Amino acid sequence: MTIYLMCFFLFVMGLYCLIAKKHLIKKIIGIAILDYAVNLFLILIGYKSGGIPPVLFEGMNKQTFSQQSVDPLPQALVLTSIVISLGVLIMMVSIALRLYEKYKTFDTSEISRLRG
Amino acid sequence: MGMSLIVKKVTQFVIGLIFLYGINIILFGHLGVGGGFAGGVILTCGFILIMLVFGREKAIQKMRTNVAHFLSCIGALAFLAIALLGYIDGTFFFNFIDHGKEFHLHSAGLIPFADIAISIIIVSAIFTIFVLLVFFGRFVGDAEEYENDEEYVGNIDRNL
Amino acid sequence: MLVFYTLLAIMILGSIVAIETRNLLSSVISVGIVGFTLSILFLMLGAPDLAITQVVVEILALVILIRATISVDNTAIEKHRDTFAMVSSLVFVGLFLVFASYAFLEMHAFGESLMRTSQHYLDNGLAETGASNIVTSIILDYRAYDTLGEATVLFVSVLGATVIMRRIGRKRGVNL
Repeated sequence: MTIYLMCFFLFVMGLYCLIAKKHLIKKIIGIAILDYAVNLFLILIGYKSGGIPPVLFEGMNKQTFSQQSVDPLPQALVLTSIVISLGVLIMMVSIALRLYEKYKTFDTSEISRLRG
Repeated sequence: MGMSLIVKKVTQFVIGLIFLYGINIILFGHLGVGGGFAGGVILTCGFILIMLVFGREKAIQKMRTNVAHFLSCIGALAFLAIALLGYIDGTFFFNFIDHGKEFHLHSAGLIPFADIAISIIIVSAIFTIFVLLVFFGRFVGDAEEYENDEEYVGNIDRNL
Repeated sequence: MLVFYTLLAIMILGSIVAIETRNLLSSVISVGIVGFTLSILFLMLGAPDLAITQVVVEILALVILIRATISVDNTAIEKHRDTFAMVSSLVFVGLFLVFASYAFLEMHAFGESLMRTSQHYLDNGLAETGASNIVTSIILDYRAYDTLGEATVLFVSVLGATVIMRRIGRKRGVNL
């Protein structure tokens, strides 16, 4: 349970960075840390102690493989999520650069004051 | 344009190996570790290495942005077509081809083709966004220098 | 078991540095520390597929983030620390942590996976799909709808970035 709590602490750090910081790039970094924590949590749920990777090789005994292997389902879901998080990160950076081009600052409170 | 001579020479030797490694990971994704996602991102890393070392014009020559955009559409449509092919023998995403022998390259029916389609999507999508970001960052950094350069702006407008 | 705790502690330290440091470039590099340690942790947890993908994606993300920070002025903007926002978010986050720890008491212990659906995939995956990598057989055969949705999301992300970034359609001299 301690390891779940540590992983959740990482999640909470990302959330704190997302709420409290005012720099746009810092906010993007917070979302990235939050992403890592969620992916890690899903993999931690599927771990089996002493487990082997879910890849069969030639000459492996299939019975012992299906007893020993870790859970492959969270891995399949997280594999999709990692690539999507890259696309989302690129899009967030491009929006931040557009905002910088218009307002010449990354400060969100400054941006909301300058609007209008 | 680009980095020094040593970096360029080393990149010329290494870049083929990087592409071969990516293609290997894509094609043998159903047998060992890897797959369309990892292989596609490795191929994109190769393109971005070219862009960083030889300058962005050279990388654009290798793969123009509208070609990349077109390829991204092609990859998505190919994946959808593979899914629709399942209707020949049953349902959506049905794996109807003969499975072949286990632990050989021809062993999983439609899965290698789906891997190739996914890798095409990922390479073209991430490469397109990266090129857009690089050209755009030019304008943020020193806007006054390039804003009035008619040829440079026109060149970018043609590329996008 | 100890190695998991050590790697997670390194990740937490890296994220603290990434959040609290003033210099933006060192903050981005600390995010790199978190990501690469995460990839080692994936390798230890029996997920080599994810480890490969995480390394390469982390390299790309670092290049993009450094590109975003290096050409703009990256002076620290927190001249006036907003104490109320910081304290209130810390209280909120602490409450969240306490309630989550109650939730974690109900979960199964670390190292005993549930494996209700996955046992079927592990038993019959090779015979039914022919792919010896069970993760590939799940993402491209059993749950291929998920991958179709992923392809759609990437495509939409390309469209969105193109619309945000392009210069065609902006009149010269008119500052939109």
